Amino acid sequence: MLDADIQLRLSRLSLDVAFTVAAGEVLALLGPNASGKSTTLRALTGLLPLDGGRVVLDGTVLEDPAQRVKVAPEKRPIALMFQDYLLFPHLSAVENVAFGLRCRGTDKKTAREKALQVLERLDLAAAAESRPGSMSGGQQQRVAMARALVTDPRLLLLDEPLAALDVSVKTSVRRLLRDALRQSSAANILVTHDLVDAVALGDRMIIIEDGAIVQTGTPAEVTARPRSSYVADLTGVNLLRGTAHGTVLDLDGGGRLSCASPGAGPSFAVIAPAAVAVSRERPEGQAEGDAGGQTGGTPGGEEVNTWRGRVSAVDLMGDRVRVRIEGTPAIMAEVPPAAVDRLKLDEGGDLWAYLSPAAITTYPR
Amino acid sequence: MALGACSSSTTTVAPAGAAAPATPTGSLVVFAATSLTDAFNKIGEEFKAAHPGVTVKFNYNGSSSLATQITQGAPADVFASASPTNMKTVTDQNLASTTPKIFTANQGEIMVEAGNPSHIKSLSDLANPALKVVTCAPQVPCGALATQIFKNAGVTVKPVSQEQNVGGVVTKVTLGEADAGIVYVTDVKANGTKTAGVTIPANENNTTNYPIAEVKGAPNPTAASAFISFVLGSSGQQVLKSLGFLPPAS
Amino acid sequence: MLSGKLRFNPLTTVLAGLAALFFIFPLIGLITGAPWGHITSVITSRTAVQALELSIIASLSSTAIALLFGFPLAWLLARGQFPGKGVLRGLTTLPMVLPPVVGGIALLLAYGRRGFIGRPLESATGLTLPFSLAGVVVAESFVAMPFFVITVESGLRSMNRRLEDAARSLGASRRTVFLRVTLPLIWPSLAAGTVLTWARALGEFGATITFAGNLPGVTQTMPLAIYISQSSNMTDEAIALSLILVLVSLVVMVFRRDRSGAQ
Repeated sequence: MLDADIQLRLSRLSLDVAFTVAAGEVLALLGPNASGKSTTLRALTGLLPLDGGRVVLDGTVLEDPAQRVKVAPEKRPIALMFQDYLLFPHLSAVENVAFGLRCRGTDKKTAREKALQVLERLDLAAAAESRPGSMSGGQQQRVAMARALVTDPRLLLLDEPLAALDVSVKTSVRRLLRDALRQSSAANILVTHDLVDAVALGDRMIIIEDGAIVQTGTPAEVTARPRSSYVADLTGVNLLRGTAHGTVLDLDGGGRLSCASPGAGPSFAVIAPAAVAVSRERPEGQAEGDAGGQTGGTPGGEEVNTWRGRVSAVDLMGDRVRVRIEGTPAIMAEVPPAAVDRLKLDEGGDLWAYLSPAAITTYPR
Repeated sequence: MALGACSSSTTTVAPAGAAAPATPTGSLVVFAATSLTDAFNKIGEEFKAAHPGVTVKFNYNGSSSLATQITQGAPADVFASASPTNMKTVTDQNLASTTPKIFTANQGEIMVEAGNPSHIKSLSDLANPALKVVTCAPQVPCGALATQIFKNAGVTVKPVSQEQNVGGVVTKVTLGEADAGIVYVTDVKANGTKTAGVTIPANENNTTNYPIAEVKGAPNPTAASAFISFVLGSSGQQVLKSLGFLPPAS
Repeated sequence: MLSGKLRFNPLTTVLAGLAALFFIFPLIGLITGAPWGHITSVITSRTAVQALELSIIASLSSTAIALLFGFPLAWLLARGQFPGKGVLRGLTTLPMVLPPVVGGIALLLAYGRRGFIGRPLESATGLTLPFSLAGVVVAESFVAMPFFVITVESGLRSMNRRLEDAARSLGASRRTVFLRVTLPLIWPSLAAGTVLTWARALGEFGATITFAGNLPGVTQTMPLAIYISQSSNMTDEAIALSLILVLVSLVVMVFRRDRSGAQ
């Protein structure tokens, strides 16, 4: 079990995060570039000394600047997996895997046997004597996995381990990694920018931005209710900020939306792009020249949020089309490809956005 | 220009004082032993004053190095050697177009540090193993000189270094690296107060004759023979005498 | 991995060929100019044997000194952060640019009998460096060590230091990291630096003759013996001795290439 409180001041970053990871748990760390994810890992390994805080692993204090306690990196029961594998190029696969064991005192013969066992489990027995230079990316990452796991670490840190792999290989390696993580009793921290990794491998998620934690929760919780634009972008949803008064949401950026469920105070609103419809004609009952969100009538008679905006970008994403609309509020809509031709969306211009109140989910900020 | 003189078959040096067959001009290259540095620089200036059209370039080095360079085709006009042995190397290969003439002579002297801190009085003092004595390498004229001098005096001296030319010996004594060295009397004089000298008695000393000759195939034979005449003439001899050189020994 | 035949490019081949010939012709000249008739007597002469012995002992000692002192210096220059690092690097590589004779004079002024280091050294220990084999080693180290420092510093800079982090994270102490990760990774530049240094020390002439002097059996290394023979018109002897030096160097160069090629 890891109990970490990390405070670090670097030239480009001020890091202040605190979290715990239980034995056997996988904590996924996400965030934009230079937000402090890798720095957090380096601090946990002991390669970067803390300015403040405390790190305790399985009851042992690894670092406590106030008490002048710092356990050297090589004495911490921690193993790492790196995005660029960092396998020793001058050693064979089995020598790489045995390295950690030999450093911690295991004799050559035993270390080699154990290393070979792990390599067999990961289907790498045939490549045991090869050098990293002659292996594929997927093989190298599995050797790196073996090297990290064979020392039976109490804390396993994975720094974007799948980032350098081809998509075709990623899936199978991800599966292997998931099995290996399930079997180990170590606390695990996974840094990734790939939401799929976080969802597939993580039990819990932490979002770090600018050196601070902005959101924690299970992957489902975080993706359902993002609290930062970063996560919203990751999951591909619209995230708006505003103040709720009952079913009316006054948006921070201007405009007003009508929601199905009531709320109070500062709120987030999350809207799936597919729930936003667009049209070139103004809806019935809507006066020309109206700006801002108004509810208007539809033929069916229900209340619908509509407002006027301007097409700013059209992105074709496979079988879906995302339309970015500037307006009050700015919003992203998802339309079928046929709509692009029908509405001549790639010519830009003004259009109307339609949004049902039921499609808006609000939650306190 | 000087075509007539060039095709002349006479190869003897013009007698001192007689008019040269033509006016020397152009560039003149003189290979001379290190010990002639000061002397020839002065002679060179006077020669230029007398023959304004000539630019003289000197190459000073150990005589054996110079002889080797000449036998390997170096473009020299005149060769002035510190010993007949090295001149013989050149004449043996038929590379002298005039019979070498002895133009001066030199003797050896012990060079010591200024003030003679080691109190050296004679050659036998140099046999003291505590002293650091430097000579030229035996293959070089000043080295052969040293060998002969030690033999004459009947002393065994073990030098700590055998320099490639006499300049190296002078440097080592001047810098204080060596306590004493065998050089020419002219070197002691030229080095002024930086070092001191201890005279070698005549019966122990050795005189070496310095020959000078025109090199065969010289690019500028007119200037070459004019220069050699000058050295043998009163102006050249005057300069040599003033620097401590001896008249040619018979 | 990219392997396979080099595509034939006429211009590259011609230029490379000319370069190769430029180096080979003088060697051919040495071989054809050698006095094969009496070469045995020359190379077994006392001059030759003594000179070769001295050359080998001195060059190996200088190389050892370069390794012992040059490696920490290279480490400092590659990894250290301190003001004036650029100046230090410039100073330690100065001997590469100085004419060797100038180096010899500078050595005399520092370590000679009247030098500001040499004088107290002599009065304290009675030890003088000029005119001794130790002096030869000093002169050779002075000119050759910069080659070692430059080569090894470059190797240290270009290695991936994160591999050292990885090793530490696996439990390696600093000593283990150095011996089992850093050294193997910079091995090629270490080997190249050593050979280059040794070769430079072996061929050193100007600083040696100026600082240590020239005495057969004591300070007359091969290059000095060759120069004296050559300048006293004993060209035969000079060529024969030169061939020996070339042969010794070739053996080491070829041997070294084999080992690195096998890796």
